[in-house]
Amino acid sequence: MHPYLSYGVLILMSFNPIRRSLLAATLGALSLGFALPALSADKVVVYSARKDHLIKPLFDAYTAKTGVEIDFITDKEGPLLQRLKAEGRRTPADLLITVDAGNLWHAAHEGVLAKIDSAILNGNVPAHLRDPDGQWFGLSIRARTIVRSTDRVPPSELSTYEDLADPKWKGRLCLRTSKKVYNQSLVAMMIARHGMDEAERIVKGWVANLAEPPFSNDTKAMQAVAAGKCDVTVVNTYYFGRLQKSEPNLPLAIFWPNQGQDGHAAGTGVHVNISGAGVTRYAKHPQAAQALLEWLSSDEAQALFASLNMEYPVKAGVEIDPLVAAWGGFKADETNLAEAGRLQAEAVKLMDRAGYK
Amino acid sequence: MNSVLVSQAMPRRWSQWWHSGGPWRLTAGVLALLVLLPIAVIFTGWVQIDSEVWRHLADTVLTGLVRNTLVLLLGVGVGVTVIGVSLAWITTAYEFRGRAALEWLLMLPLAVPPYVLAFVFIGMFDFSGPVQAFLNGWLGPNYWFPEVRSEGGVILVMSLALYPYVYMLARAAFIAQGRSVIEAARIHGLTPRQAFLKVALPMARPAVVAGMSLALMETLADFGAVSIFNYDTFTTAIYKAWFGLFNLPAAGQLASLLLLFVFVALIGEGRLRGKARYHGDARGQRHLYRARLHGWRKALVVGWPLLVLTFAFILPLWQLLTWTWQVVADDLDERYWDLLLHTLTLGGFAALFTVSSALLIAYTRRHFGHPLVRFNVRLATLGYALPGSVLAVGIMTAFAWVDDRVADAYEAGFGVLPDWALMGSVFALVFAYGVRFLAVAYGAVDSAFERIRPSIMEAARGLGASHGEVLRRVYLPILRPGLLTGTLLVFVEVMKEMPATLLLRPFGWDTLAVRIYELTSEGEWERAALPAVALVLAGLGPVILLVRRSATTH
Repeated sequence: MHPYLSYGVLILMSFNPIRRSLLAATLGALSLGFALPALSADKVVVYSARKDHLIKPLFDAYTAKTGVEIDFITDKEGPLLQRLKAEGRRTPADLLITVDAGNLWHAAHEGVLAKIDSAILNGNVPAHLRDPDGQWFGLSIRARTIVRSTDRVPPSELSTYEDLADPKWKGRLCLRTSKKVYNQSLVAMMIARHGMDEAERIVKGWVANLAEPPFSNDTKAMQAVAAGKCDVTVVNTYYFGRLQKSEPNLPLAIFWPNQGQDGHAAGTGVHVNISGAGVTRYAKHPQAAQALLEWLSSDEAQALFASLNMEYPVKAGVEIDPLVAAWGGFKADETNLAEAGRLQAEAVKLMDRAGYK
Repeated sequence: MNSVLVSQAMPRRWSQWWHSGGPWRLTAGVLALLVLLPIAVIFTGWVQIDSEVWRHLADTVLTGLVRNTLVLLLGVGVGVTVIGVSLAWITTAYEFRGRAALEWLLMLPLAVPPYVLAFVFIGMFDFSGPVQAFLNGWLGPNYWFPEVRSEGGVILVMSLALYPYVYMLARAAFIAQGRSVIEAARIHGLTPRQAFLKVALPMARPAVVAGMSLALMETLADFGAVSIFNYDTFTTAIYKAWFGLFNLPAAGQLASLLLLFVFVALIGEGRLRGKARYHGDARGQRHLYRARLHGWRKALVVGWPLLVLTFAFILPLWQLLTWTWQVVADDLDERYWDLLLHTLTLGGFAALFTVSSALLIAYTRRHFGHPLVRFNVRLATLGYALPGSVLAVGIMTAFAWVDDRVADAYEAGFGVLPDWALMGSVFALVFAYGVRFLAVAYGAVDSAFERIRPSIMEAARGLGASHGEVLRRVYLPILRPGLLTGTLLVFVEVMKEMPATLLLRPFGWDTLAVRIYELTSEGEWERAALPAVALVLAGLGPVILLVRRSATTH
């Protein structure tokens, strides 16, 4: 039954809610039915942790171009992964989209993704941004970098993420909460590079330098810098971009850390994460899902994908948003992102030990 | 042979079973068990104990989390009681201009979800917000302002968001007492204050405790508001175990400990309510005498409700509207009709389902109170205290299990997998809401039962009415206000509900709460104001209805 119709029924019922409530509940259950998305070839079903307003324009473009319908629901990664596992071979989902590599790694680890050998995907997505096994592929890059106060911090004072643990930053650092996966990935990559003890020393240094208790989001952390509560913070660049669009005159600027010589600790590159996707193991439309995934890595989709949220495309040579381009180029950390997934739980424990809330 | 014997023996036992309330017990028992199923799933986490996770949590964060949770519970408990009871007393005992309007205006914060109030509060009052910007411009940079992102801040926000439960129930209790009780106290020489403290308040205690326990269960289950403040509670540990350490069984173990705590607390609540029964003076209810105050007392009595209303509703709504104004041109499209429609439809179905279940269970418990039924009811109303995502996963796992069995049978019969399932159906989602909000509906229905003198039932039964007739012709008319209260409360709660909706909604069934989640999780507070305003406005209708109903029926 069409929702409008059932709402009409509901209104009628509400005139005498008590006597007819049971009837209404039964009718509702029957009329709304238990149907899953229909099994037609021209359809892809997506579970997405990337939010509606950042993904639907892409789906709309794909449907307009190919006629393939896309059904999707959005939720956090954890519940979506759990749902995939619980549904097992009955799952209606063909594609899983997440906004970080750690969760994709875990999805692959739990065996809910399928291996894909696609020349298109392997050509478009650089090796460190996809699963060595071909179970997931990065679709956009999200750089996590340092933002400084232009009033109080000259670029020369900054160098690396690790340097933010130096006592000279005491009372000058603001950070987002350690409960956000972006910070967990950042710390996981530091464990991969420096080992557990050194990484813990660095994180403890950060905590000792905090000017304010950790913030619930990147924007608040940047606003704290702008308001003079602290001097530097670490954020994903698109949050900076959004803030810059709404308040262009804030005294803030991006700094690209770890840009030193290759092979040195200071030259490991900016920490990047991905928004990415994998075809599910029990996909009902595996070819259609793979076709969608391949299209998402194409020039056309990549430009749209990145510009929707001021992120960076994974495919080389795709044009980026002018505002983003104005921040300049940077050398990115090319350690395979599977490490972030593998070490994420360790990173969470490390941050708990360091008292990073 | 056998069948003959059975058919001779059957009618007797059958009729005995039938007449001693068997069908009622059976239905209520089955319902309570169904509701219990997802909670049982969470307890199965204990099958896999990962001692390393436990040791890690115990060594690092657990003590702090338990401390924070207890402080929050204490603070919110005191906060909602003080605000709720004082407002309820002011609007029933005193007369002043605008009282009638305040009576229902004070319920409106119920339409504002705690997570919305939290992000609005931080947006308005922290250093980057308009209030401090104004102070900065006026007094220069060296002004003093309380830290918003603090323990006090969370407690304040939660208290402002949740006091309506206490206000609503306490007010109903004060009205039901009638003035004659207070007058009798005054005749015996008590001052007005003594009459309130020694007579009115103790008589309203069951209602106050019921309201407070709803508020506290919601506090325990809350993840949205506390995470906006980055205030770590026990719920944080549950989510940390799941999302950070990827250990869902450990999350289940933590959640079941939380349930155990709530269970014990609820038994304590039962004790707190005591065995005393108060049946108000029905004659006194129509003509409430309200005192008129003068001078500073009047200022206090008028000023306090206005202050609460300003911070709990007017300022937040104003801030939301300001933000909405900035984005409405870009963001408002025809999809909002669907979001609104889905929100209302789900709320409606869930409210009807939940309240009918609560009615059935409450009636059965009252008249065929088998100890097992009573125990089941206790357990079944625990769902309200569980963090939404954890409960949602419990429900999902239970449904997936059923779907698996059905699919296996279907495949064996037809050779293909069925293209339908419980999971992802509206039915599953409505059921999930039922599990989550049974406590809310049950509280309203049960407290309505509470006011019925047992003699009425006995008289009706004595005159030969069946249980169905008693329920339909005697109870329903008396219970109507209580049932309506339950329906509207669940309706509003479902509209605000986030985690179960996110996980279990069918494709295309996005609601306003889903949109709020999508935008706030990306840190787009201003844009989230549009669905938040729509949600608050949609919730106002039922809330106003709720108050007007409770005003007219007394």
